[in-house]
Amino acid sequence: MIYFDNSATTKIDPSVLATYDKVATTIWGNPSSLHKMGDRAHQLLEASRKQIGDLLGVKPYEIFFTSGGTESNNTAIKGTAIQKREFGKHIITSSVEHASVASAFNSLENLGYRVTRLPVDKEGRVSVNDLRNAIDSDTTLVSIMGVNNEIGTIQPIDEISDLLENYPTIQFHVDNVQALGKNIWDKVFTPRVDLSSFSAHKFHAPRGIGILYKKVGKMLTPLHDGGGQEKGLRSGTENLPAIAGMAKAIRLLLDNEAEKAAREEAIKEKIINYLQDKPGIDIFSPANSGFAPHILCFALEGIRGETLVHTLEDQDIYTSTTSACASKTADEVSTLVAMRVNDKIATSAIRLSFDESNTLAEADEFIKVFDKIYKHFAKINHLGENDD
Amino acid sequence: MIKYTEVMIRYGELSTKGKNRKDFIGRLAGNVTKVLKDFPEVEIHPRHDRMHIVLNGASFDKIDKRLRKVFGIQTYSPAIKVPKTLTDIEETALALMQETFKTGMTFKVNTKRSDHHFEYDTNQLNSMVGDYLFDHMDGLKAEMKHPDIVLRIEVRQDAVYISSQLLHGIGGMPVGTAGKAMMMLSGGIDSPVASYLAMKRGVEIEMVHFFSPPYTTEKALAKAKELTGILANYCGKINFIAVPFAEIQETIKEKLPEGYLMTVQRRFMLQLADRIRAQRVGLAIFNGESVGQVASQTLQSMVAINDVTTTPVIRPVATMDKTEIIKLAEEIGTFDLSIQPFEDCCTIFAPPRPKTKPKLDKAREYEARLDVEGLIERAMTGIEITPIYPNEKFINDQAAADQELL
Repeated sequence: MIYFDNSATTKIDPSVLATYDKVATTIWGNPSSLHKMGDRAHQLLEASRKQIGDLLGVKPYEIFFTSGGTESNNTAIKGTAIQKREFGKHIITSSVEHASVASAFNSLENLGYRVTRLPVDKEGRVSVNDLRNAIDSDTTLVSIMGVNNEIGTIQPIDEISDLLENYPTIQFHVDNVQALGKNIWDKVFTPRVDLSSFSAHKFHAPRGIGILYKKVGKMLTPLHDGGGQEKGLRSGTENLPAIAGMAKAIRLLLDNEAEKAAREEAIKEKIINYLQDKPGIDIFSPANSGFAPHILCFALEGIRGETLVHTLEDQDIYTSTTSACASKTADEVSTLVAMRVNDKIATSAIRLSFDESNTLAEADEFIKVFDKIYKHFAKINHLGENDD
Repeated sequence: MIKYTEVMIRYGELSTKGKNRKDFIGRLAGNVTKVLKDFPEVEIHPRHDRMHIVLNGASFDKIDKRLRKVFGIQTYSPAIKVPKTLTDIEETALALMQETFKTGMTFKVNTKRSDHHFEYDTNQLNSMVGDYLFDHMDGLKAEMKHPDIVLRIEVRQDAVYISSQLLHGIGGMPVGTAGKAMMMLSGGIDSPVASYLAMKRGVEIEMVHFFSPPYTTEKALAKAKELTGILANYCGKINFIAVPFAEIQETIKEKLPEGYLMTVQRRFMLQLADRIRAQRVGLAIFNGESVGQVASQTLQSMVAINDVTTTPVIRPVATMDKTEIIKLAEEIGTFDLSIQPFEDCCTIFAPPRPKTKPKLDKAREYEARLDVEGLIERAMTGIEITPIYPNEKFINDQAAADQELL
C-alpha cells in the first residue's frame, strides 16, 4: 500500500494514540473542576499549551484549542468580522482558499459584508499589489492561506506582512493547516500574522482537535458561548486527550523537520522528473521554493481525475482529486479554475501528498505503476501523436 | 575545551575578622562541602588565606554553578595544575589564553613563586611566558596597570598552577557564622528574599510556616517547601517547620472584633515563632515585612504585634520598595514560584477592613479574652519538621510525570 494522500489526513502515530489513551483513561477529570482530578487535568492542559507555544515560537496564552482547521478558520474570520463590524465591513481573501475559509466569506457576504476575493497568477499565487489596491478604510480583515491545499503554492505571507505593517488595524489571518512541519515556517508565519489555523489530524494526531493562534491583544467575538473555557473564546469542555496527543504530535513533527521535508521534496522531485515532458501531462506544482515540498498536483489530459484516482487505487496507491474535502462534488476544482486552467485539464488533475513516512522506494513503485497506466491512456487518447 | 584541575577560592569579608577567622573558614569549608556533596571525587582544602578545591575530574562548569551561591566567597579562579617544566607552563598558558582572550583585550603575566629552588625566577617566567604567547597568538597587547586578563602562574613545591580568570562570588558571610534564627516564611514574594538576605549575613535560618487546612490547600504548603528548596542552594539544607494555625484562626474569628483579627493573628504567629526559636536555640526571628506594604506592616501594626516578645525581630526587606524586592526575587529564582496563586493563611480570614493603626492596649485586651496558652500549646504539638535540600520538589510531581506524555 502506498499512501500519497497525507494532505487529506494522516495515519495517527501509535505513540500519540498511546498518549490519547492514557489521558482518556487516567487523566479524565474536567480541567475546570476544583478538586485534585480537575487540577491534574488542568495542569496537563496548560503544559500542552506551553509545549505547543514553545514549539511554535509564540506565547502559551496565544494558543487556543478548537475542534480543528474548519473551526479555527471560522472563528478567526467570523470572529473578526463581527468584532470589528463597527469599524468597517470590508473583508479580503484569496480566490484559492480552502472551503472552510471561502464558505465563511460567502456567509458573511450574505450577511451584508463586502468581500474582495483576490485573483491568482498561473502558479496560484496572489499579488501583493492587488491586495494593496483592494484595501480601503473599511477593511478589517485579510485572510490568506499559507500553503494552498490543492497544488501547494506558498503564498507571499512575508510580503503581505510587510504591506500590512502600514495597516495596523486590519486583522491578518493565515490558514496554515497545510503548512506546519514542512520547513517553511518563516515563509508562512511572521510577527505581523494575528491569527493562524492548524489542524492536528494533518500531522498524525487525532481528528477533532486543532489550534487557533491569536496574537496577544487581538480581539475576536467568540462563536461558541458557554462556560468560558479558552479564555471565553471557545467554550466547551476541553478535549484533553486529543490536546495532549496533539502537543506530542507537534513535538514529533518538528523534530528533524528540515531533514523530513527534504525527503518529501526528493520524492516530489523524483516523480516530477518522471512526469515532465510527457505528452498530455501538466504539472501544477513545480519543485521550487515557491511551493510546499509535500504536494504534487498534475493532470493527465483526457482522463478525469477521479478515474485516475480509482485506477491507482486498484493498484493499492491512494491519491486524491484536488481538494479532498470537495472531491465528491464535481464542480469544485477551485484553485485550478482560479488559475484559469482550461476546464478539461482542471477536471483531470490529481494530487499526491507526501509526509515523512513516505520513501523514495514508494516513488519508484508509483512511477512503475503509473507508467503502465499512462501508456494505456496515452494510447487510447493518442497523446504524443501529431494532432495537426 | 580546557580541563581545569582545581579551583582557588579567596575569602570575602571574613578575612578582616581576626579572631573568629578559624571558625569562619571552617564554616565556609563545611558549606562548600555541603553544596558539593554529590561530587565525591572533589577534595576541599581550607587554608588560612585561601581554599583549594581539587576537582579530580569533576566538571568546573557544574562546580561553578554551585560556588556562585556560597556566601563568604569573594572571588575564585579555576586553575590547571601542570608539571614543573617550562614547556608545560608555556603550552598550558597558551591554551588558557586562547580560551579567554577576545580581540582587543589586554593582558599581563603574573608569576608567584613559593618554590625558590625552581630554575627560573618570577621575572624570567613573566617574560618567557609573555614572549611565548606573543609568538603564538595574534592581536595580544600587554598592559601592566589595568589588564583585562591576568594570567597567574604560581610555582609551588608540588607543581605549577596556572589560571586566567577571576570570578566573583556573591560575597557575604558563611551561613552559620552569625548563629541561628527562625525565619517566618509565608510563600509570598518578600519572605524568600528576606531569607536570602539573612543567610547572606551568615545567619543559619529555619523556616517557620503557618498552614491552615482545610482553608489552605496542600499546594500552599508544598509551595512554601519548594521555595525553601530553592533557598537551600545557599546553604545546603534548611529545616522547614510547619505550624498548624487553623484552630487559632477559627477561635480569633469567632471571638474577637473584626478590626483586630489580623493584628491578633500576627501576635499569635510571632509568639509561636518565638516559642519555636527558644526550643531550637535560635537567637532571633526574621520576617519579610516591608514598612507600609500592607495593613499588618505599618509601624503602628509592628508596635502592636512586636509587643509579644523581646527577641530581636529582624526585617531585612523593611525599607525596600516592592520593585527592588521583586528584582532580587527574580535573581535568586523564587519569584516565579512565589506568584503561583495558592491561598496562604495570611489571605484567608483577612478582614475586609483591617486596622492599619491598631492600638497596642486594645490588641492586648482582646487577646487576653482567649486561652492563649492552650491555643499555643496545641499548635506546638502539631508541628512538623522537614529537612529540605537544594531544589527539592514538592508540588506538581504528578504534573511533571504527566508531562512525559506530551
